[in-house]
Amino acid sequence: MIDLQPFWLSFKLAIITSVILFIIAVPLAYWIAYSKFRYKAVIEAILSLPLILPPSVLGFYLLVAFSPENAFGTFLDKYFDLQLVFTFEGLVVASVIYSLPFMINPILAGFKNLPPSLQEASFTLGKSKFTTLIKIILPNIRASLLTGIIMTFAHTVGEFGVVLMVGGSIPTKTKVVSIAIYDEVESMNYHNANVYALILFVFAFLILLSVHLINTNSSKTRLY
Amino acid sequence: MIRFNANKILQTAEGAMPLAIAFELEQGKLLSIYGNSGAGKTTILRILAGLTTAENVMIEVDNEVWDDSKNNIHLAIKKRSIGFLFQDYALFPNLTVKENLEYALTKGDDKKLINELLELMELQQLQNTKPQNLSGGQQQRVALARAIVRKPKILLLDEPLSAVDDDMRFKLQEYILKAHQQYQLTTILISHHLPEIFRLADKVIIIDNGKIIKEGSPTNVFSEQKISSKFKVIGEIIDMKKSDIVYIVSVLSANNIIKVIATEDEVANFKVGQKVLIASKAFNPLIQIIS
Repeated sequence: MIDLQPFWLSFKLAIITSVILFIIAVPLAYWIAYSKFRYKAVIEAILSLPLILPPSVLGFYLLVAFSPENAFGTFLDKYFDLQLVFTFEGLVVASVIYSLPFMINPILAGFKNLPPSLQEASFTLGKSKFTTLIKIILPNIRASLLTGIIMTFAHTVGEFGVVLMVGGSIPTKTKVVSIAIYDEVESMNYHNANVYALILFVFAFLILLSVHLINTNSSKTRLY
Repeated sequence: MIRFNANKILQTAEGAMPLAIAFELEQGKLLSIYGNSGAGKTTILRILAGLTTAENVMIEVDNEVWDDSKNNIHLAIKKRSIGFLFQDYALFPNLTVKENLEYALTKGDDKKLINELLELMELQQLQNTKPQNLSGGQQQRVALARAIVRKPKILLLDEPLSAVDDDMRFKLQEYILKAHQQYQLTTILISHHLPEIFRLADKVIIIDNGKIIKEGSPTNVFSEQKISSKFKVIGEIIDMKKSDIVYIVSVLSANNIIKVIATEDEVANFKVGQKVLIASKAFNPLIQIIS
């Protein structure tokens, strides 16, 4: 019987990562889109780094940073009782960093494409920046928000290098589905590997299809 | 009473242009700002609304200071009692017509005003429609109504009538006038269109290169310039012929030859090839419709 635990772990990781990233990315993208900070380009470049960095490089540095042998790892352990190496929590932190651009880029594009007059109109109607964000800006970039969430979710499910470096392959704790496939192949269980792979394949296709559907629908109904 | 005085360096395609504008406007009046595009008209409205900051600025509305760079006062946009009609209308696509209007209400405001405005702008039938399903003229009425919901001290209209055809323009002028009178608003209207200015404005200022070059009532301001009781044509004398006791002078202007009667004394000073100006008091001009 095939073990479905890795799927459950992958989806749990993806959901938690997506929620955390959404909460981080909205204010961060808002700040990048509207602040007049001079070195914004530097920040944007740093945030996009995970896109081009090999996952193993990122995973390696995270592993080193989280290690209890080093200052940061000791600090987390001592003050927060948090061990990030070979734990599920570690996977969450690594995934948040690794998937950041997938959440932030669509949201940022949404902010930048919205006509500035919408915000200005809201201000002239006596509304605060916060009210404007919640009632006007976010509802009008719904498609970008959904794209960000779906992309982050899918990307986290498909993660391999970072997860392997930071989490290893501990069953029920850090053995997510992409790693399970690798393990099955290594022990020559091609049938199990194939089942895992096929399910992920269909899943990836459905995700991309839904992103396209969201974007075509929204471009039909959107004014701008 | 609005007192406005602002200076700002504007970055334009032709380089830096200093904007230096000062004017006063009495409560309840309608001021029109006229000028070439890029002369700084929109910037004036934006400074007044607080959307753009200026370097050296003093804005006072009904004895309330909105901007005073000397004392470092800059009232937040949301605290200024303004209604701003944007050139692109800026209606919120996620809200219906009615919701767009209601968004402008403050907690505890009477909702009756919304229905009153929907009626005034003849929008009752469309109140549950989303803005993207409205025509340009309808969107404009919604934007105008929304700008009035807060009963602002100043209504700012940024060239609202530039994108619509003449019929629609005429109707919308009516709506603006109705709103201006019914709610006793002080209104500032940017316009390119002289008939509109004559119809709506109590006062007009003409702006060129960031400066006010003329101000006053529309009739005073435009009387010498664009609109005149005389026809003026500039041309070149191509022929002079004696006919009985007078001379007939032919003048070429553009592609037309205009024949003008002149006396012998006058002709003595003329010669063929001379540039001349023909002016005529328009006692009996013919007006003919050209299709």
